[in-house]
Amino acid sequence: MAVRDETRMLLETMQRLFEDMATKQVADASETGKFAADLWAAVAETGVPHAALPESAGGADAEWEDLYYVLRVAGRFSAPIPLAETMLAGWVAASAGLDTVDGPMTVGPVRATDVLTLTADGNGWRLNGTASRLPYATSAERIILIADGPDGEMAVALDGTAGATVALGKNIANEARDTLTFDNLRLEADAARPLGAGVSRAALYRRGALARATMMSGAMENAMDLACTYAQQRVQFGRPISKFQAVQQNLAVLASQTAAAVAAANLGIQALNKDEERQEFLIATAKARVGEAATLACEIAHQAHGAIGFTKEYALQLSTRRLWSWREEFGSDPEWAAKLGAYFCAKGADELWPTLTAA
Amino acid sequence: MATPMFRFDPTELPPEADVIRKEVRAFIKEHEHLMGFSKGEFNRDFSKAMGKKGWIGMTWPKQYGGHERSAFERYVIIEEMLVAGAPLSAHYTGDRQSGPSILKFGTEEQKQFFVPRIAAGEITFCIGMSEPNSGSDLAATRTRAVKVDGGYKINGSKLWTSGAHRADYAIMFCKMTQEGQEEVDRHAGGTQFLLDLKAPGIDIRPVINLLGEHHFNEIFLTDVFIPDSRLLGKEGNGWNQVTGELAFERSAPDRFLVLFQMLREMVRMAGPTPDKATAAALGKLIAQLGTLRSMSVSIAGMLQDGINPNSEAAVVKDLGTRYEQDIPVVARQLFHTEPELEAVDLYASMIARSTMNAPRFSIQGGTREILRGIIARGLGLR
Repeated sequence: MAVRDETRMLLETMQRLFEDMATKQVADASETGKFAADLWAAVAETGVPHAALPESAGGADAEWEDLYYVLRVAGRFSAPIPLAETMLAGWVAASAGLDTVDGPMTVGPVRATDVLTLTADGNGWRLNGTASRLPYATSAERIILIADGPDGEMAVALDGTAGATVALGKNIANEARDTLTFDNLRLEADAARPLGAGVSRAALYRRGALARATMMSGAMENAMDLACTYAQQRVQFGRPISKFQAVQQNLAVLASQTAAAVAAANLGIQALNKDEERQEFLIATAKARVGEAATLACEIAHQAHGAIGFTKEYALQLSTRRLWSWREEFGSDPEWAAKLGAYFCAKGADELWPTLTAA
Repeated sequence: MATPMFRFDPTELPPEADVIRKEVRAFIKEHEHLMGFSKGEFNRDFSKAMGKKGWIGMTWPKQYGGHERSAFERYVIIEEMLVAGAPLSAHYTGDRQSGPSILKFGTEEQKQFFVPRIAAGEITFCIGMSEPNSGSDLAATRTRAVKVDGGYKINGSKLWTSGAHRADYAIMFCKMTQEGQEEVDRHAGGTQFLLDLKAPGIDIRPVINLLGEHHFNEIFLTDVFIPDSRLLGKEGNGWNQVTGELAFERSAPDRFLVLFQMLREMVRMAGPTPDKATAAALGKLIAQLGTLRSMSVSIAGMLQDGINPNSEAAVVKDLGTRYEQDIPVVARQLFHTEPELEAVDLYASMIARSTMNAPRFSIQGGTREILRGIIARGLGLR
């Protein structure tokens, strides 16, 4: 089944945009804490960050499937912007009827163990708890959180980090991961609303995991491309090292793992229009398999490059440091594998094959 | 990107696949007493029953006894049969590669003679490629054919020929030589023949494998006459013909579903509430299986669209055999037992069989090293 023409055109456009704008210089600069505002503006101009929203909420009713494919391209270019986060923030906010903004947004909680509670206070609310390691929180114009309200989970919209205690943090790719703590923060009545159908903390966590899995598959494509290209250029013992069988065999494994990662992420993406149970186990499959592949891929891509790949100067590290970071975010591969295993054990052995084939 | 990316388009099985899945599950239930675990059983009656159902040669033209069904429907039949442990050996080689080869390269008479019989489950094929000094290196083939009046005279020997002792025909890979010439030129092209294994001059001897079972054979050919009408394709074109055949062999789901029953047994032993480490170990295998299956369905989609997924098939086989070889390794880490082939305890016998069978997964149908070479070629590295 071929990819639709509109999808192909969208991906080509985004590929060109990231090629021009998501350069190594931009990634390097963002690592010093300077937000990649020009890149963000160019991406925002395309409408992609809000494209999945209904037209009534300023979106284009785009297919989530297409947007996840865009995230793969963003991952390929190590784009240092909260693109997935803005898409997901818009999704949570729109479901609850909260306004979004055109600027960068972030969303949380991104960690399963965080506790955020919302209590009624007169005609407003009080927010308590912690949202750990929110991506790009201090660069976000709006932060959308899911908190436990008096009658269930609610979406909360915050204009930046004002009123929160902020502990700045970074992942090992130096992408901002800031922890916000709320101590009885007073919110107006219209800052929190009940979530719409199909949106929950569990659903956000799942979609976040799929975003990371998809971005990782893109980062692996880039690492594989760099490794194969480098091996054909680097001459040792009088010939390109790609001519040595030992090197070829490693690169073949890298390519196979990359192909598996792309396929696994696609499996999760295809699940987005299925019921919640199938989404959960197919996205678990995606994050578990992509994480496994990423560990092997980083190892081989670096091995093929020798010392040059271990430098700040050379671009491979932009992908590999992100892979080492992203494999842990929104649940690691062992964590999702354990969920997947527990799910099938609870269903029972004789349901394993029927369930896999009914997906 | 400069490097070619392998293509695994997201592909979902079409609705007709669900219909046929129900049918095949009912059929398997009816034949439950014939199902086994990773044994490669041979049962002509079962193959004929499958032929009657129209489940052999499913995608072939009706004109030659095929059924013109989709590659997806064929995929479903095969995966269900493999998971059940159905005895497919009597028709599997013919269905997977000999039939397609004859349809592609055979004469009209050959197509009419062989293909409907394969589709009916009536005749069994085996593959005469490997030799004592020609395993991965097909160019080292020494079995030689000399043109004689009305046909060819074949001399030489084949080794590791699975199922030859129960097969009716072999697709025999030879090199053309002159009368009296013993040495064969490495660079000479190969030639394929459709050899009737009842022909005079053929001696088939068993080679017992390490499980103590008889699957392999050695075939000795002494002045075996093959009529002109049984040349497959063109003299000297055998190498090209075989390459296509191997792609069929590698893209099938039997490269990762042979040990499924063992994975299922491990889930059973873990019970409904396993500890986290056990759940994660099983989940990792299940994630690998789910991914392999999606890649294999994607290949079925390419076959359906007439694309030859040569590199992609090698990727699936390499990943699939790694996964299957990991199953007994993970099994022994999770649930200790002392393996015994004929044990009453199902798990002890499964772990024995899978441990002993595991080495062959990354040897048959192209060794791991050869496959990775094919993948490297697909990447433009060689």
